Amino acid sequence: MDFFTFVQILDATLRFATPLLLACLAGLFSERAGIFDIGLEGKMLVAAFLAAAVAATSGSVWVGLMAGIAGSLVLAVVHGLAAITFRGNQLISGVAVNFFASGITVVVAQSWFAQGGGTPQLSGDARFAAIIWPGALTKIRELRAADPLTQTYSELISGHAIIVYIALALVPLSWWVLYRTRFGLRLRAVGENPAAVDTAGISVVRLRFAAVLIAGVLCGLAGAYLSTALQAGFSKEMTAGRGYIALAALIFAKWRPWHALWACLLFGFLQALALRPDVLEGVIGLKVQGQLLDALPYILTVIILAGFVGKAIPPRAGGEPYVKER
Amino acid sequence: MDKMPKWADVVLLPLISLLLAGAISALVLLATGVNPVAALGVMIDGALGSTRGWGYTLYYATNFIFTGLAVSVAFHARLFNIGGEGQALLGAVGVTLACLMIPWPHWTIALLAAVVASALFGAAWALIPAWLQAKRGSHIVITTIMFNFIAGALLNYLLVEVMKPAGIMEPASANFPPAVHLPNFADMLAPFGIPFSPEAPANVAFLLALLAAFLVWVLIWRTRLGYEIRAFGFSETGARYAGISGTRIILISMLISGALAGMMSVNNVMGEAERLVLNSAEGAGFIGIAVALMGRNHPVGVVLAAVLFGFLYQGGAQLSFQLQIPTEMVTIIQALVILFTGALDQMIRAPLERAFLSLRKARA
Amino acid sequence: MTDPVLELIGISKSFGPVQANKDISLRVMPGTIHGIIGENGAGKSTLMSILYGFYRADSGTIRVRGQEVQIADSQAAIAAGIGMVFQHFKLVENFTVLENIVLGAEDSAWLRPSLARARKELRSLSDDYGLSVDPDAVIEEIGVGMQQRVEILKALYRRADILILDEPTGVLTPAEADQLFRILGRLRAEGKTVILITHKLREIMEITDSVSVMRRGEMVASVTTRDTSPEQLAELMVGRKVLLQVGKSPARPGAAVLQVDDLRVTDAKGVQRVKGVSLTVHAGEILGIAGVAGNGQSELLEVLGGMRPATGRVRMDGQDIDLTGHHSDGRTRRARGIGHVPEDRQREGLIMEFFAWENVAFGYHDAPAYNHGPLMDQNALRNDTAAKMARFDVRPNNCWLTARNFSGGNQQKIVVAREIERNPRLLLVGQPTRGVDIGAIEFIHKQLIALRDAGAAILLVSVELDEIMALSDRIAVMFDGQIMGERQPDATTVQELGLLMAGMTGTVPGAAA
Repeated sequence: MDFFTFVQILDATLRFATPLLLACLAGLFSERAGIFDIGLEGKMLVAAFLAAAVAATSGSVWVGLMAGIAGSLVLAVVHGLAAITFRGNQLISGVAVNFFASGITVVVAQSWFAQGGGTPQLSGDARFAAIIWPGALTKIRELRAADPLTQTYSELISGHAIIVYIALALVPLSWWVLYRTRFGLRLRAVGENPAAVDTAGISVVRLRFAAVLIAGVLCGLAGAYLSTALQAGFSKEMTAGRGYIALAALIFAKWRPWHALWACLLFGFLQALALRPDVLEGVIGLKVQGQLLDALPYILTVIILAGFVGKAIPPRAGGEPYVKER
Repeated sequence: MDKMPKWADVVLLPLISLLLAGAISALVLLATGVNPVAALGVMIDGALGSTRGWGYTLYYATNFIFTGLAVSVAFHARLFNIGGEGQALLGAVGVTLACLMIPWPHWTIALLAAVVASALFGAAWALIPAWLQAKRGSHIVITTIMFNFIAGALLNYLLVEVMKPAGIMEPASANFPPAVHLPNFADMLAPFGIPFSPEAPANVAFLLALLAAFLVWVLIWRTRLGYEIRAFGFSETGARYAGISGTRIILISMLISGALAGMMSVNNVMGEAERLVLNSAEGAGFIGIAVALMGRNHPVGVVLAAVLFGFLYQGGAQLSFQLQIPTEMVTIIQALVILFTGALDQMIRAPLERAFLSLRKARA
Repeated sequence: MTDPVLELIGISKSFGPVQANKDISLRVMPGTIHGIIGENGAGKSTLMSILYGFYRADSGTIRVRGQEVQIADSQAAIAAGIGMVFQHFKLVENFTVLENIVLGAEDSAWLRPSLARARKELRSLSDDYGLSVDPDAVIEEIGVGMQQRVEILKALYRRADILILDEPTGVLTPAEADQLFRILGRLRAEGKTVILITHKLREIMEITDSVSVMRRGEMVASVTTRDTSPEQLAELMVGRKVLLQVGKSPARPGAAVLQVDDLRVTDAKGVQRVKGVSLTVHAGEILGIAGVAGNGQSELLEVLGGMRPATGRVRMDGQDIDLTGHHSDGRTRRARGIGHVPEDRQREGLIMEFFAWENVAFGYHDAPAYNHGPLMDQNALRNDTAAKMARFDVRPNNCWLTARNFSGGNQQKIVVAREIERNPRLLLVGQPTRGVDIGAIEFIHKQLIALRDAGAAILLVSVELDEIMALSDRIAVMFDGQIMGERQPDATTVQELGLLMAGMTGTVPGAAA
């Protein structure tokens, strides 16, 4: 394997990691506030569809992005109503959100576009364009001939859609919000002991809704990235379990922002490798089944959950509706 | 005192949930330019208007009875088994191995073997999450989700690399031998002179599902084990007081749950496809969640809810055939049923309880 | 005369048919420590929850410093200068002391300046009131006494000048309690008002300036502490003096049934809760374990009942029983003739969703008489239940009602009937009459005596000293996981037992009869 192939795989890693990272941070905000969210997948799916659909009809990817986020937020509010207002089962609510998304996207897509549950191909301003950094090479022939530094700069650092850079910037920002702001302190507290927050005179309901809505926005970004940047249009079930991988990454990261980044990069790397079986075989000298790579994030998460490699302790009040009591 | 009569809890609440789900689905249909009344007509006609329709409805219902029972047995022990899908996939592998490895002389013996194999494989797939929950405290919801994906990848691998006969492109197992062909409703009813559509896939596994429902009822409400499962589900500290081992209950109830989910494959793999294909469970494992919630975790409720979802599936197929509405319409209804019966229960329950309370006061 | 800092006028609150507070009026003077005393369930906690905005009163007004206030939530209470230290602390376990104090009272959206200011303020608060804490310690790593100080500091940091403490000494050692009282004294000296809710007369006499007595949801008296006496307060608390007297003949103890040697229990957090307890219970006698809640009695019962592992040696009729592993659970204990009336009938002794007939089998559900192979014999169960319910006068006598639908007393009768009618060799009894009406108390006490007279050994754990005195043939007092001493009920006094319960050994002048 030459260096350029390596850089290409890292580049793919970053692209695959981006939706995972956004969804993972979404889950992080929600679960840190004590609301389990297995509906990441569904929110991403609805956002992916609406972003592509509205971008296709309006011709503007930014309008599409807004629509995607709005769609994701609607599901977030439903989850909030069930989990917070009506103190329902958060897991069941998440399952419902996922099924609703996988049904409604296809039904509406079929009604609007009649293209087998997908949207038309997006092009031009209806897609997020790659941002080419100054001096970056773009022609593959030039790239192959360039020195490693230029290759890294041009292929890995330059040439991504803006959402990739936003996602990366969100990692330190999330860390800062969680650990350096009043909101973050309260958010972490409400996921650990809502009674402490309540008796301190802060509304548990409002805080938790805020967290759930943040998760909605982030899932919206993740979904929009899938259909308007990573791919050029929406196709049926295009999230393909990414919401669950993000959930796995969140556990892997033990609910911490920087660790979330590393976990998502790892899982993104596995996805990138799965597309290049030739490379993997060349490097380690034996054939690795693509299915094993697909399953690896889940297997790793189970191992982490089993506590064999450092115990993952979720926020203490996670999953429990808050009922005032003395 | 109970705030409202039991029949309201068992019958009225799910019905209201269903009506709400139906109303929202009707709005979705209206928004896509379809008359919901006409759509309902198409569904009823397609699913219940002919023996072929009934044959499909009951075929789907058979799958859902198994997966609904699987979810509800785990629910009785306060375990949320989302892993029915993966367990059904593994059950399918078990059925396939049973049908392909041994040249059975007659379908009856093959059926028995397939039941055992599917139950064992399904249970085995539930065992690891159950063990992790019981011994390591790993959240069973997350682990069973993970195991669904691992099962999908495993099945993919098996079909592509191991079970695919030489010379075939499609990732699928060989076709089962004719000797293991299960009689369908047409075959079964012919001796009684009752005509039934021979194309419909409903088969003898439906009776098996009803038997399973009865056995689950006996298990939960008549046996000592069921008593212990329910006691553990209601109160873990109570179970500890009574000397009921939590580890044992978690393991046993998940094994039963996995076995039931696995047995679904007798219906769809042996009774219909007669070979193993990718994604063979087609989401039935997840529909089990809706069926169990709607059926209030009671076998009778599960059977009724499964038939209802069978109707929705077959009706949905007709919608797609005649009105070009994607079958995913059913997924929306399924999601709404889960939402209203499972997560938004309080939203419906609280006003209902108030209504009953004021009714009682007015009478007093 | 100064005006009251806090005034409640005609506060009423009911939960469904239960009236928790009836037309309550209360005046608290500034710069005083005001005690509110009453038995469990007298309505003290409800009243304070109204003051802190957890419940809305159905009627009545609240005045703070002469101003009428509406306390809709905790925020409003804090704004009115009211601080509350709950019995169960409301702290974020994995946060530091400083973070807990700042939570909800931050200066701005940015955390660091808030924390810096709080650190400074904390230092001066600590100096002013003698409340030293390490601001960077993590809550789960400090003791309960320290955690309580954090709660007090939280209130002071929010500029509370009326501080309510709900049963603050329940979780404290006597030394910690003394320290708390010194702190409360300092607070009073600095002009703060303290409301102390307790059911312990000693605390009232020791620290308060004035005291109000609650009984069954009503405020029955408000007096100046130095003008009253413990006897008078006690009488006000319980109304007419109810003498718990059970007619019983002297015990005729037989052979030792239960022998416990050097029993030790460590909880999930690694804290030793039972520290080398040894005791013996003979056939035909009742050994009462007295003690303040949380001194290891519950753990002792749970170990003997097979609900948690322990080390040491326990013998039944001279034969060892396993304290860990597969042969140590409720099932094997019952097989050895140990019956168990657990402390918490709703969480342990009964399945609230089960019918009465299902509950009568609970724990004995594998008894041959209740089963046909793997199936349960429901007819046998229901017949057995009906008979037990009749003998124990459980009302309503309907075995198709779920446990939830019975009153507390009748729920307890179901548990007691189930355990006593198995004719145990040894009966473990925890808080047998907690939340049980007077009639049922008498009935249950009589049944226990009858079981004793039939030759069973009974180990009774109760926090009600009267109950211990009335039923026991011998009394052991537990404190901090150890047995402080053993007394004969007719040769001791409540005062002496109270001292033992507070961890004080040695003879009390005049206590020994």
